[in-house]
Amino acid sequence: MPPLGVIILYAIIGLVSVGSAVGLLVSRNAIYSALFLVLNFLTVALLYLVLGAPFIALAQITVYAGAIMVLFLFVIMMLGAEKLTESSLRVRGLRVLAVVLGLVFAAEVALFLVVRGGIPAAPAEPALTFGDPAAVGLMLFQQYTLPFEITSVILLAAMVGAIVLTRGDLKDRLARRAALEKKA
Amino acid sequence: MPMIFYLILSGILFTLGLLGVILRRNAIILFMSLELMFNAANILFVAFAAYYQVLSGQLFVFFVMVVAAAEVAVGLALIVTIFRSRNSINVDELSSLKG
Repeated sequence: MPPLGVIILYAIIGLVSVGSAVGLLVSRNAIYSALFLVLNFLTVALLYLVLGAPFIALAQITVYAGAIMVLFLFVIMMLGAEKLTESSLRVRGLRVLAVVLGLVFAAEVALFLVVRGGIPAAPAEPALTFGDPAAVGLMLFQQYTLPFEITSVILLAAMVGAIVLTRGDLKDRLARRAALEKKA
Repeated sequence: MPMIFYLILSGILFTLGLLGVILRRNAIILFMSLELMFNAANILFVAFAAYYQVLSGQLFVFFVMVVAAAEVAVGLALIVTIFRSRNSINVDELSSLKG
């Protein structure tokens, strides 16, 4: 067993992580939900850091907590969606069903852990060079070159898709341009 | 820290994300719950990468992040388009395809 201080530290990280996830679920205001999610991402990044993955930890902070959450906040503010009313078409018993399903799923995970009990005690102490950006970069460009190139295509497709989707159809655009010209 | 810590934490986070997808009707919150589930899986990838001392696990997390970013960009564009045409992002009201 690790020393008591380490256990307490991990317990705090775990509690903050789970607590922020619960906060995301229960808060009425979508902005608060987004901020709770940022907190969750930060605690997860801390875990990556102690697991010997500094590159992934920083990518988590810049990509997830930075870029993706800014996108979320931007859309929430653009739509003014922070206080949208909850379901008008309430499916009866959905809440109960969800809680039951969640318990079943948690029990399944627990069962898996018990049955496949040979779960190792602790991750080995990572060597200093394990997971450092240089090693990750070398592996990325040597062993995973093709997937890496494919991700660029995925990102390009997503970018084009997002622009085309939000552009609106021709009638929309003409109407907007006419409105602009009238104003000018 | 014992491996079981990461396994349990990941399980709890994934279950919470699943609950969010089932319970919340706001499409944006639904997307955030999806991100939570991605993260739960990523924790396990990194934990097992450290346990077996195999770097591939970390690279897989990298690819998951890229695909998640692309998914969020397209998903939020869809939400904006839906909001423009229906003035609501409540997923319960998106039932016009239902027979």
